[in-house]
Amino acid sequence: MANNNKRPVFLDLTRIHQPVMAVMSIAHRIAGVLLFLAIPFAAYLLDLSLRGPESFAEARALLDHGAVKLFLWLLIWAFAHHFFAGLRYLLIDLDVGVDLATGRRTAMAALGAGAAAFLLGGVLLL
Amino acid sequence: MSRRASGLKAWLLQRLSAVYIGLYAFYFLFAMLGGAAQSHEAWRAWLASPMPALAMILFFIALTTHAWVGIRDVAVDYARPLWLRLSLLSVVAVILLGSLSGAVMALLAAR
Repeated sequence: MANNNKRPVFLDLTRIHQPVMAVMSIAHRIAGVLLFLAIPFAAYLLDLSLRGPESFAEARALLDHGAVKLFLWLLIWAFAHHFFAGLRYLLIDLDVGVDLATGRRTAMAALGAGAAAFLLGGVLLL
Repeated sequence: MSRRASGLKAWLLQRLSAVYIGLYAFYFLFAMLGGAAQSHEAWRAWLASPMPALAMILFFIALTTHAWVGIRDVAVDYARPLWLRLSLLSVVAVILLGSLSGAVMALLAAR
């Protein structure tokens, strides 16, 4: 197709970047949905753990299961990211860090803190 | 269905529950590091005492409220058409109410 438009066409996906706040924001949502999925699991685990010594051991064994550990690892990231990104939103509500440069830096910090928690969680869990 | 948790009220609920969840997370972490879940006896004794039990019940109330407002926001943004959104949110409501009542009943039974 002839393109007479002089504006650059820039659809190289490896070179199109979302602003870091957008990445942090969508990650906050994804983390939130993951954490929601953990709620019934947490309630089940609490019930199991309180039923008796055998059930408590069962709950413990469940937490030691490979697939569950992988899910827990993901949850550690999800909680940390959701926590730090959420803290950032709360501060912005209080008019702290609203300007662009600070907003960009704190978004990067939230992503970094989530990544750091993920690494730390990996060391602790695996 | 969402009139009770929309607009300014949902915004406020989301933030108040967030603050409680965040504080409780630290409290729980320190209790764990202190050996609250070391054995069944320790775990049960911890959750049978009034303050930890009340704090955890409030935590599950805050958690399910927070999740409801958040998932509702996500569903309103992405789940179309309306029947799909309402079905998804109905499943979510059942999961959250089930989790909340399950957790509270387990805590009350442990006392």
